[in-house]
Amino acid sequence: MADNGYKIHVANLKKNFGKLEVLRDISLDVQEGEVVVLIGPSGSGKSTLLRCLNQLETATGGQIVIDGHDVTDKHTDINKVRQNIGMVFQHFNLFNHLNVMDNMTLAPVHLKIMKKEQAREEALKLLRRVGLEDKAEAYPSQLSGGQKQRVAIARALEMKPDIMLFDEPTSALDPEMVGEVLAVMKELAREGMTMVVVTHEIGFAREVANRVIFMEGGYIVEQGTPDEVLLHPKEPRTIDFLSKVL
Amino acid sequence: MLSIINVYGTMLLRALGQTLLLTLLSLLFAIVIGMIFGLMNVGHNRVFNMIGTVYVDAVRGVPLIVLAYFIFFGIPAGIQGLGITGFRLSALQAGTIALSMNCGAYMAEIIRAGIESVDRGQMEAGRSLGLTYGAAMRLIVIPQAVRTMIPSIINQFIITLKDTSILSVIGFPELTNVGKTIMGNTFKNLQTWAIVGVMYLVVITILSKVAKKVERRVNRGR
Repeated sequence: MADNGYKIHVANLKKNFGKLEVLRDISLDVQEGEVVVLIGPSGSGKSTLLRCLNQLETATGGQIVIDGHDVTDKHTDINKVRQNIGMVFQHFNLFNHLNVMDNMTLAPVHLKIMKKEQAREEALKLLRRVGLEDKAEAYPSQLSGGQKQRVAIARALEMKPDIMLFDEPTSALDPEMVGEVLAVMKELAREGMTMVVVTHEIGFAREVANRVIFMEGGYIVEQGTPDEVLLHPKEPRTIDFLSKVL
Repeated sequence: MLSIINVYGTMLLRALGQTLLLTLLSLLFAIVIGMIFGLMNVGHNRVFNMIGTVYVDAVRGVPLIVLAYFIFFGIPAGIQGLGITGFRLSALQAGTIALSMNCGAYMAEIIRAGIESVDRGQMEAGRSLGLTYGAAMRLIVIPQAVRTMIPSIINQFIITLKDTSILSVIGFPELTNVGKTIMGNTFKNLQTWAIVGVMYLVVITILSKVAKKVERRVNRGR
């Protein structure tokens, strides 16, 4: 087992959807506490890469090792590994039939990670952290987009994950709600959470990322510190992309 | 009309009871059958998909009356042909099997459509938290699917109740069959069938009213 001290180790990852090659040859290592931001045009494969990390998409080829567990190996208990990887989705994906509290406590209680009481206490603490302690009994349909996404982040954190994956967490939000979600994410980064973030928020990348990766056509085109990639890009395709989004 | 009710009232009510018994039994089994084949069609296992599709298509492609004849006459005849004598199915047994199979196929489609109407992200969110496919299905997807399924299930319930009349052909003493008997005794075609018709109508109206209430309660507050 490849345990090289990295939190996330990706080697020669390939992913096809039928004949379409979405990820061609991706290799990537993420250290503990690192915040990696993936940018790139739509269809570049960044979301697919993220979804491969917790195997919501099964890899076509290559290897992904999370915390020493090879998730591309069929014998790995993927459900166990996923308990340590929180994921936040573009469309929040809160459980619509459950209130905020039940959204947060469902998985940890069902998986016997916590007793119900403990899970509720933990949930209240997290809701306080994201500024929604008064929404514990509310249903998702009663929340704004920004509130939903903060609950979704809290729900993921309730599992006490080591790694957090964010799949365009602010793309479905009204502009005035983007800030509140990014604020929660920034705090999380400051506390040392290992994060992989797919986003179009270049400002967030510049401020929070340790590393920015520019992807296009299923390849990593360029990576480095935010300064290197965002302010002094070398690759013409990166320059072209940034000129369009900045 | 009154004379029919006076003489045959208890008989008609008993027949209605048989109709309801057959409906409820069939519906109960149909939900189990529908769950099994519906879930087979939802997953991505090709073998299960095929079994589910073949079942649904086969049963939907055969008229209920033929299915009833096949089960009531055909299967016992086949078993006797194997040299096993004395095997018979009662009209209630055969009727329940035929109706359950028929209703089960439609139920499978209702359940499949209900589950597929739930956004894929719900399953993904559940899986991303470490839940198994089964747990995410049971705790997250199905509770939400049931809501969209309820009107169709009620509709199917009513169809099944009316379909019991088809089973008069294998001699099950349900309402339509008893209507035939009364008609044979009295030769009062108009009155007999008016009474039988109204009896179906009343029961179905009551059931749909109750069902509407249930539907409203399930949907409340969301």
